[in-house]
Amino acid sequence: MKKISVSRRFFLAGAYAILVIAALLCVLPFINLLAISFSDKTAVAAGRVTFLPIQTTTASYRYLISDHQFLRSFGTSLLRVIIGVSVQLLIMLPAAFSLSHSKDQLFGRSFYAVYFVITMIVSGGMIPSYLVVAKLGLIGSFWSMILPMAVPVYNMIILMNFMRSLPKELEEAAMIDGATPMKTLISVVIPISKAGIATVMLFCIISHWNSWFDGMIYLDSVSQYPLQSYLYAQLRSIDRMMREMETNYEALAKLVNMRTTRAAMMFIGALPMLIVYPFLQKYFTKGLVLGSVKG
Amino acid sequence: MLLPAVVFILLFSYFPLYGVIIAFQKYNPTTSFSSTWIGFQNFATVFLLPGFTRAVVNTMFISFMKIVAGIVFPVMFALLLNEISIMWLKRSIQTLIYLPHFISWIILGGVFKEILSTDGGIVNTVLSRVGIRPVFFLGEKGVFPYTLLFTHVWKEFGYGTIVYLAALTNIDPGLYEAGMIDGAGRWRLTWHITLPGILSIITLMTVLSIGSVMNAGFDQVFNLYNTAVYETGDIIDTFVYRMGIEQAQYSTASAVGLFKSGVTAVLMILSYYLADRAAGYRVF
Repeated sequence: MKKISVSRRFFLAGAYAILVIAALLCVLPFINLLAISFSDKTAVAAGRVTFLPIQTTTASYRYLISDHQFLRSFGTSLLRVIIGVSVQLLIMLPAAFSLSHSKDQLFGRSFYAVYFVITMIVSGGMIPSYLVVAKLGLIGSFWSMILPMAVPVYNMIILMNFMRSLPKELEEAAMIDGATPMKTLISVVIPISKAGIATVMLFCIISHWNSWFDGMIYLDSVSQYPLQSYLYAQLRSIDRMMREMETNYEALAKLVNMRTTRAAMMFIGALPMLIVYPFLQKYFTKGLVLGSVKG
Repeated sequence: MLLPAVVFILLFSYFPLYGVIIAFQKYNPTTSFSSTWIGFQNFATVFLLPGFTRAVVNTMFISFMKIVAGIVFPVMFALLLNEISIMWLKRSIQTLIYLPHFISWIILGGVFKEILSTDGGIVNTVLSRVGIRPVFFLGEKGVFPYTLLFTHVWKEFGYGTIVYLAALTNIDPGLYEAGMIDGAGRWRLTWHITLPGILSIITLMTVLSIGSVMNAGFDQVFNLYNTAVYETGDIIDTFVYRMGIEQAQYSTASAVGLFKSGVTAVLMILSYYLADRAAGYRVF
């Protein structure tokens, strides 16, 4: 049997300790948030809440349910994820499939490669992008959050690399049987690309759910905001109250109420990601490695 | 089958690229893309603004710290995780440390304002118990860049760890056996086999991160900063935002944006070239 030396034991104990502490540090802020959201507001204001709720109450969640705009923004975000990710997949899948072919099979492949990679290197920046969206008449429209994000080039490349690694024989067999490229994609390539598609879908879902800046600058009113933009607006107004706090007692009273509500809001805002992520994690590690480190 | 992708990229990536010409114009909102040509005047105006130089310096300082920490911490954690033989623990730790990556800076901004606050924030509460005076993590200009660094590392180190961990599992176990037969201890194995084994990945990730020198993290800074820390915390992107979106100075803001984009493009081309030379990495 292998015996473990004393110094090795010390080392391992240290390694485990560091890793467990780091892992805890990554979740404790969320637990603190959760505890605050379920605590009584006066306990929170007194700084007594750490990782367990004090005088447990669901008041802040009841308040959130009565906040129509919060619910509407939550709905907008869900809709945005569903439509946005569908649009991305509809465009990306055929494009990645085409690009996964060699230079001989796809006329102009080198041109397309350069065409797409350039957009990863240079961008017009914030203001010209805003002006293009404005020119297209998308300001104030739901589609201003969908269309500019329709082709995530990096994800498309991950998909392309994934499709490239598939056995070519299946596709050739489908072609010989007379299937069109679209038919081949739908009935041969997509069914065997599930892991790759799941990875990319996870990235797309996350980027749509977490986007807030586009909603904030492209939409006209808070009533159209997706959840993250709405949260931004809310947090800003709380900040403003904090600044006025010293002079304005009314603001102070409001703030005490807001702190637990804010925690509840942030927790609900993070919740879908906390739920989705563990399910797709096993694909995601594979996909990320595939996309970033390839020979 | 490529057509939709090509069209959307044309619309939302190439049109804005063409749109940067407004950086050379006196922008007129009514005629937009056909305004008066004034050459480099916008650049001259902008480069003389004190806020601009400050933003460039801050951007480079913050992103440089982030790049270094973004290599050191993930490599360290990958090495430590690699030593763990209890699989369920290893997997749970991985799951937990990637978690923050998936949460937006809107929410994290709120979380950090909450836990770092000077009245009742949990971090300062703990500090005061051990006798340290409260620290204004988000309001003291000397501290703010480091708050940015720590919160960034906190959010992203787990994500970076995956890549190195994957590289570690690809090292040929035969090398370790050979090393042990030759009488090498753990540290020597790590130094002579593990590190050289992942060196190419470390080089690759370092080289690729050169391209992000001008990106100090808009989402993060925007959600954490305030006027008290502009001096050390204002970065190019937040500067462009305030100038362009808040004050509607489209032309000058685009000039700053173009400056940033130009430097980034040069750095990225350089880094892709180096990555190809050093590790045979190709994007496409």
